[in-house]
Order: sequence, then C-alpha cells, then structure tokens
Amino acid sequence: MAFLTLEGVSKEFGTFTAVRDVSLTIDKGEFVSLLGPSGCGKTTTLQMIAGLVEPTEGRISLDGRDITREKPNRRGLGVVFQSYALFPHMTVAQNVAFGLEMRRVPHAERTDRVREALMLVQLSSFADRYPRQLSGGQRQRVAVARALVIAPPVLLLDEPLSNLDAKLREEMQFELRRIQRKVGTTTIMVTHDQAEALSISDRVVVMEGGRMTQVDAPYRLYEQPSNAFISSFVGKTNLLAGTWRRNGTTSAADIGGVLLEASAPEIAAGTPVTLSIRPEKILVRDAGAGRLKGRVASRFFLGSQWLFTVETPIGIMTVSTPNLGVEPAAEGSPVGLDWSPDNMRIIAGNAAAAA
Amino acid sequence: MIARSSTLSAPWLLAGPGALFFFGLVLLPLALTVILSFHAYDHSTGIQNAFTVSHYITVVTDGYYLEIFWRTLRIAALTTLICAAIGVPEAYILSRMRDPWRSVFLLVIIGPLLVSVVVRTFGWSMLLGSQGLVNQALQLVGFAPVRILYTETAIVIALVHVMLPFMVIPVWTALQKLDPMVEAAAWTLGASHFTALRRVVMPQVTLGMLSGSLIVFGLSASAFAVPALLGGRRLKMVATLVYDEYLHELNWPLGAAIAIIVLVANLCIMLAYNRMVEARARRTLG
Ligand SMILES: Nc1ncnc2c1ncn2[C@@H]1O[C@H](COP(=O)(O)OP(=O)(O)OP(=O)(O)O)[C@@H](O)[C@H]1O
Ligand SMILES: [Mg+2]
Repeated sequence: MAFLTLEGVSKEFGTFTAVRDVSLTIDKGEFVSLLGPSGCGKTTTLQMIAGLVEPTEGRISLDGRDITREKPNRRGLGVVFQSYALFPHMTVAQNVAFGLEMRRVPHAERTDRVREALMLVQLSSFADRYPRQLSGGQRQRVAVARALVIAPPVLLLDEPLSNLDAKLREEMQFELRRIQRKVGTTTIMVTHDQAEALSISDRVVVMEGGRMTQVDAPYRLYEQPSNAFISSFVGKTNLLAGTWRRNGTTSAADIGGVLLEASAPEIAAGTPVTLSIRPEKILVRDAGAGRLKGRVASRFFLGSQWLFTVETPIGIMTVSTPNLGVEPAAEGSPVGLDWSPDNMRIIAGNAAAAA
Repeated sequence: MIARSSTLSAPWLLAGPGALFFFGLVLLPLALTVILSFHAYDHSTGIQNAFTVSHYITVVTDGYYLEIFWRTLRIAALTTLICAAIGVPEAYILSRMRDPWRSVFLLVIIGPLLVSVVVRTFGWSMLLGSQGLVNQALQLVGFAPVRILYTETAIVIALVHVMLPFMVIPVWTALQKLDPMVEAAAWTLGASHFTALRRVVMPQVTLGMLSGSLIVFGLSASAFAVPALLGGRRLKMVATLVYDEYLHELNWPLGAAIAIIVLVANLCIMLAYNRMVEARARRTLG
C-alpha cells in the first residue's frame, strides 16, 4: 500500500544536479532512513517532499494525491530542519504551539498538547525560555517537539538527533520509534550516522552523489551491500582486490598470490573481483592456526569489544572480537586469522555474472 | 610595574584622539551655542553683554515659531512613516531576489546617496514645478495643473527619496540575519505566506525598522537643503528658520536658542523612542 511515492525525481541547481532520478515507494507507517555522506542530496530530497524545493523533474504523490506542485502549508507534513529553524522571538512553548495555532486547535487542548510534547523531549522546565537561551541539543529537541505536536501523517526529520549525547539520542530514537508504532506516522529520517539508520529503520535508502544506490532492510543492507562504497560506509569492512581463479569445482580469489576460498556465483576465471569481509566475521586464533597468518599491529579497546589491525601477507586487516573478560593477543604478537568462507562477500565483478 | 602602568594608560591613549575630536568639534561649539543663546540682542546695536532667557520665552510663546516646530515634527513623522511603508517591503523583496538582480537593485537604492542632496532636490523642483514633468503629464491626461512645489507635499516627497536608503539598509541587514528556513518552517506548520510574514518575518525585522525610523526621523527633522529649496521663502522648517535667524535677521542669540530647543526636542523624542526599541529588543532578541 504505497502512501508516499517519488517517481523519477530530480533537482538541478543551475548546471549542478543535486538529486538524480530518485524513485521510492514508502508504505503507510513505515520508518525509512536516508543515509549518505555529506552533500549527497539528502536534505534536498527531503525538502522536495516537504515542498520547499521544487523538483526539476518527476512526480511526488501522497496518499494517491499528486503533491509535486502543492504549497508546503497545504501538505501538512511535520518537518524538523537540519538548522532547527526555530522562531527566535517566540518562547519554546510558543514555538511548539505555532502549528496548533495555525490549525485552530482550541486553547485548552493546545496547552495540553504542548505540555505533552515538551515532556516527551524532556524540556518541560524550559517552556518559557527563548531559543537563544538553549543549548544546541535542547534547540534540536524543541524542533522535534514542534514537528511532533501537530501529529502529522508524515514526519520528515533532517538529522534530528545529531546534536544529542549518546544516552539522550538513544532515548529519542526509542521515542520516535514508539510514536511511529503507536500512531502509525510514516517517518523519513535523514542521517549520516549509519548505526542510527540501521538500528531505528524499517528500510534504509543509501544515497551517493544524488543517486539512490540501495534500498533495503538494515540487516540485508549490512550483509549484502550492493557496492564497495556501501560496504565501507555502512559498518566497517576489509576490502580485498584480486583476480578470480577456478580449479575444477573449487574457486578462489587470488589476492596478490594468496588464494582465498570463497563461495561464489558463476564468475569466469580471470575476472577482477573485490572481496569484502566484516571485521567481526574474522576470528583471531593462535599463531599457525586459521587461514591466514598475521601480526597484531595495534589494538584498541572499545568497551564491549576489541578492535585489532593485523598485518597479513594480503595487507592490513581490521578485526574485531567481543570482550570476553580476558586480555587478548598483545600488540606485536603473531596470530592466525580464520573465517567462514560464507562470510566472504564478492561485491565488484559479479555484475559480469549477472549479465 | 612598567608593563602594568602602560596597560593602564593604553585605553586613555587610544581613546584620546577620538575624545579630543569630539570635544573640539561637538562639545565646544555646542557649549558656545548654549552661551550665545542666553545673550541679549538689540536690533540697532547687536549682541549685548547681558544675559537673558527672553529668546527662549519668545520661541515657546510666539505662534509663528510654534507653527514651524509643529510643521517640522509633522513632516519628519510623515516622512518616517512613508519610508517604513515603502522601505520594509522593498528590503524584503530585495532579500528574496536572485543574485544578478539583487546587486543591481541594491545599487539602484544606494546609488542616490552618491549624488549630492542639493542636486537631487533641484531635480525634484524641476519635476514638481508648475511647468514640470508631473504637471505636464497631468495636463496631457486632461487634469488641471496642481501646485506641488513650495508645499509640504513636495518636501515630504523629496525627503522620502533622500531618506529611503537609511530605512532599507537596516531592515535588509536584519533580514540577512534571518535563516530563510525559519519562514519555511512556518509554512510547513500550516501558515500561509501572509501569516508567515506577519508572525515570523515581521517581528524579526521590527528592530531594523525601528532603528531605521530613528535615523530617518532625526535626519528629516534637521534637514536643511530639501525645505530650503522646495519649501520656498514662506514654508520653513526649523533648520531653515535657524539659518534665516542667523543670516537674514542677524539675530544670532535667537537662532542659537531655536537650535538648542530643536536639539533638546529631537533628543527627547529619539531617546524615548530608543527606549521603546530597546525594551522590544530585550523582549524578542535579548
Ligand atoms: N540552493 C542551492 N544552490 C546550489 N547548490 C545547492 C543548493 N542547495 C544544495 N545544493 C547542493 O546540492 C548538494 C546536495 O545538498 P544537500 O543539502 O541535499 O546535501 P545533504 O545530503 O543534506 O548533506 P549534509 O549531510 O551535509 O546535510 C550539495 O552538493 C549542495 O552543495
Ligand atoms: Mg543535509
């Protein structure tokens, strides 16, 4: 049941194309994240949906109604701006109440809803302050409250949690998710924090240079990135460039003279390929064991896990292991690396096989 | 110790030239004018060495002077009002223009400042004269010619032209500081363009408008060239009145008394206004 649809939407600023041919279908009540590096066109895409930027090409429809040229004040969407865009001359409570006032919500109900929204973002005691008297994170939460309070059918959030500390951010993510579940608000959130995108969304849209390059559920995106960029942007990964070799029934990738076995589709021998393996899929064994020998170059303690960089004959590999309460291999000590061949992904080079 | 004393004297040394300048060119002449205004004057013998407050009493009791004061106040207030009514929308449109046009129009607005007020005023007197362009156009369409030159209308028209940049520039500066997304935020919350302007943009530019009004009012109330050239001999404003007292009547003490009264009146009005502006600024911007 498509609720919000973008069909071939593009935006050009002069000769520069900020968004190129984006098509996306979002269901009612879905939580979708737009993920991508800075300047890839996330804000522009969001503002086209909000009606603040007019698409050069394409069509946007909401609930079966074409809204491509509709004025922003008739769309009734809740928007959180990247720059917050709070009204500087109004108090926090007046800022939050503005949307309700425009909707002619009676005074008593308005006060209640504003109080509720401020409670939600934990700013009840700040109702009478002006935006300039707030910290960056507090302003951001006012912006979130102002968008939530009008109970819009679609929420467009442009990096709504970027300025919050880890704990508060987690709580706000939980709240957004709860509201979306409870009220069924369709939510589109822009972020460049991949962990946030993966943890909170039903689907993640990856954008690169104005294009949508992959749309998938977080788990599938992480496990089956469609290109090398995504595999390194979404989570960490080890990328290994080599050539495909075939010997009867077994096949392997030749990385600078070292053969790494990988389960693979039909790829012709001699094709250049890129292999990708996630740090957490690699196991650290004693020296001599495993598939690859190496030496720990450095080691970082991240609390719940250890992050190693290991020098191997095929280059530096990043490996992470869970913290099991005992100190792992020290810097400089020789180790063996092992993994299950199923976890070795082939990302470039399979285009030829698919064709 | 040495370093300490030099840091202590540094502010004085730095402020010195400015203070000297201010003292020499503003305070001293002002003090002399105040003293002059209390000197007695006699038509046959000139300035006497006796002191009197009679000039002040003459000015505040004589209907002739009071009328000129009221006229000055009226013209300055009207000019300020019209400048705000034209200048604020002008600045808003300007700030929403795209770049080549924005620069062009900004130049058009600021350009007149490069031309001497006297030259521009002569331009207006040619346009507004009985055989000027305006009257010729009126006659062409079949209307009777109207007398504009040497009326308050002519003075207000020319003053608005001269003062407009002083209104546009502070408002434009205030608009530059406003995040355009703030207006967009109001739209997404359901406000129409007009409501967004009224509720969100206007309160932000009020401060610029108020400071612009202060400048326009002050300059209009003390304007000389425009009333001198467009008001004629009979229609005087205070600046031209002071000029006449000094140079035609040669009654310097009376001229000085008028000048001081104008200064005090202007100061009172502007300080009161400024307090209002500041109170408002505290409420909206801090
Ligand atoms: N008004 C504009 N005129 C010209 N170029 C623009 C304009 N707005 C955006 N761009 C360009 O379009 C591209 C996409 O901008 P956008 O703001 O959508 O990026 P983003 O993905 O939101 O980045 P970030 O994560 O840094 O916020 C950028 O390269 C930007 O320079
Ligand atoms: Mg952005």
